[in-house]
Amino acid sequence: MVKHILLQNRDIPNIDRLDVYEQHGGWETWRKAVTEMQPQAIADTVKASGLRGRGGAGFPTGVKWGFLPKGVFPRYMVVNADESEPGTFKDREIMEGNPHLFLEGTALSTYAIQSNAAYIYVRGEYYDVIRCLEQAIADAKARGYLGQNLFGTSYSLEIYVHSGAGAYICGEETALLNSLEGQLGQPRLKPPFPAAVGLYGKPTIINNVETLANVQPIIANGADWYRQWGTERSPGIKIFCLSGNIKRPGNYELPLATTFRELIEVHGGGTLDGAPIKAILPAGASAPIMAATDQVLDTPMDYESVPSVGSQLGSASMIILSQNDDVPLAAAKMVRFFRHESCGKCTPCREGTYWAQKVLDRIVAGQGTPEDITLVENIANQMVGRCFCPLGEFSTSPMLFTIKHFRDEFLAQTASTRPRRAWREVVPLRIEPTLATKER
Amino acid sequence: MLSEHSKQLLAERLTHYPPNEKASAVIYACYLAQADSPTHSITQQAAREIAEVLEMDPTEVQGVIGFYSLLFEEPMGKYVIHFCNDLPCALRGADRFYEFVRARLGIEDGETTPDGLFTIEHAMCIGACHRAPCMQVNLEFQEFLTEEKFDRIIELLRAGEPLRANMADAEPLSAAAPL
Repeated sequence: MVKHILLQNRDIPNIDRLDVYEQHGGWETWRKAVTEMQPQAIADTVKASGLRGRGGAGFPTGVKWGFLPKGVFPRYMVVNADESEPGTFKDREIMEGNPHLFLEGTALSTYAIQSNAAYIYVRGEYYDVIRCLEQAIADAKARGYLGQNLFGTSYSLEIYVHSGAGAYICGEETALLNSLEGQLGQPRLKPPFPAAVGLYGKPTIINNVETLANVQPIIANGADWYRQWGTERSPGIKIFCLSGNIKRPGNYELPLATTFRELIEVHGGGTLDGAPIKAILPAGASAPIMAATDQVLDTPMDYESVPSVGSQLGSASMIILSQNDDVPLAAAKMVRFFRHESCGKCTPCREGTYWAQKVLDRIVAGQGTPEDITLVENIANQMVGRCFCPLGEFSTSPMLFTIKHFRDEFLAQTASTRPRRAWREVVPLRIEPTLATKER
Repeated sequence: MLSEHSKQLLAERLTHYPPNEKASAVIYACYLAQADSPTHSITQQAAREIAEVLEMDPTEVQGVIGFYSLLFEEPMGKYVIHFCNDLPCALRGADRFYEFVRARLGIEDGETTPDGLFTIEHAMCIGACHRAPCMQVNLEFQEFLTEEKFDRIIELLRAGEPLRANMADAEPLSAAAPL
């Protein structure tokens, strides 16, 4: 059993407390970085590690940092903690269970981009998490890890927590910036990209929570150490969120390129109802659904392999459906989500999600016709490539790919006048799944 | 009106942002106004006051309140319950459980009980899919819900007892168990 690197709370009790974190070498990497290392050396190590953004896009972190215009100050680090994708709950456990690891990674990254201020934008629903982070920041500040003239140098750093108020769109980086500035959380036209014109019009880097949590162990142990896991192009470890029809839902920290089969069958214990797996949503509601064929199940979960079987790794929030689960109902649920969360800025997303939901609701209510299936596809096809931001584009996935892979189910549903019934009764969980053991 | 305590908190919060970027604190100010209100709602008067302090147009503040799901213009119950029945939770029975919740409280989605104690709303994914069924009571997580546990939570709230936040225990509560 190898110890967890990010989810240290699984191995070390009370690692969320500063004194316990310090006993395990916490904040020492930070002290060493500020007193002995140049910012560029940290950026170079992160680039060499091949770390890719864990928020969904998978863009190489070190490369992103390199986009900042030279010599323009001040600049800002903004942490995207607006974790709102259905089926995603990894950043919550990082921040709640390992706040100091996350803050140390954030500090190192902010130093690396030569900024003196980081804002952590946390979704409003994570009120418990916000309190926990504010306490951790106050503790770190009291011990001299954050604040003015750190460790006797001229470098100063403040980390602030900023609460959102319930809007999925704020996970889109430019909408997040608008929200942070006090405007409506609606996306901005790109270019200019945030690296050039970001928060308050200044150069800004926006990284996901899990991405920055990885920076601490990478700087502490080196790029080669990190590359012992994963593949050449998708190196390192990843937290996979497992939910839906699965025996042991929860977060699993595993090397990238672990297969779907290993995650679902070995770690997740197979489906909750014992029926064969029908489908996998590998990135919440945003990426195409996949039929769980043997080929898909044996596919390694990394940024290159998942697209080769027709979907995306995204934030790696796996929602599992068994043969007993109803794909049209799942499609209606997901489109309902996007309809509710559409920010209203652009017409294709605002109107498209509204009408697609109406038609899908009609289908699952047993009042649809076969033409309605084509209608949903037509709506989606009018949206693809025309939405203002990626989140609008994402909303077409549950419309197009559920029908593409499971058309028979939609046809059977439109042939029947029987409404689909809500899913199974609650199956109470008797174990704390986040404490389930995991081997690497 | 913002309370004196809230005004002080807001002034402290403004130190987090550059001096000419006061609007950044608008969501925080709205939360303070909600906390000051017995019905968790931001009156037009409070919105005007926030606009003045943050040097914003009152219309901009109203726009922000209208945009975000967790900011309320209308009066809400003392306890706002956000119950998640999004896809991952629904796959574990949340839709059926939400029927039970509505029947128990005798109200429909979006409504408030006649005594003004509880408002229930379905939530978009709240990040507790692995602990379904789940909900938030005034934004504090209550997870691994069972019918017995839900009844116990409601009973405690009706009696004015505090709930323990993030009550993530897997076992259903016995009558004697403290929350």
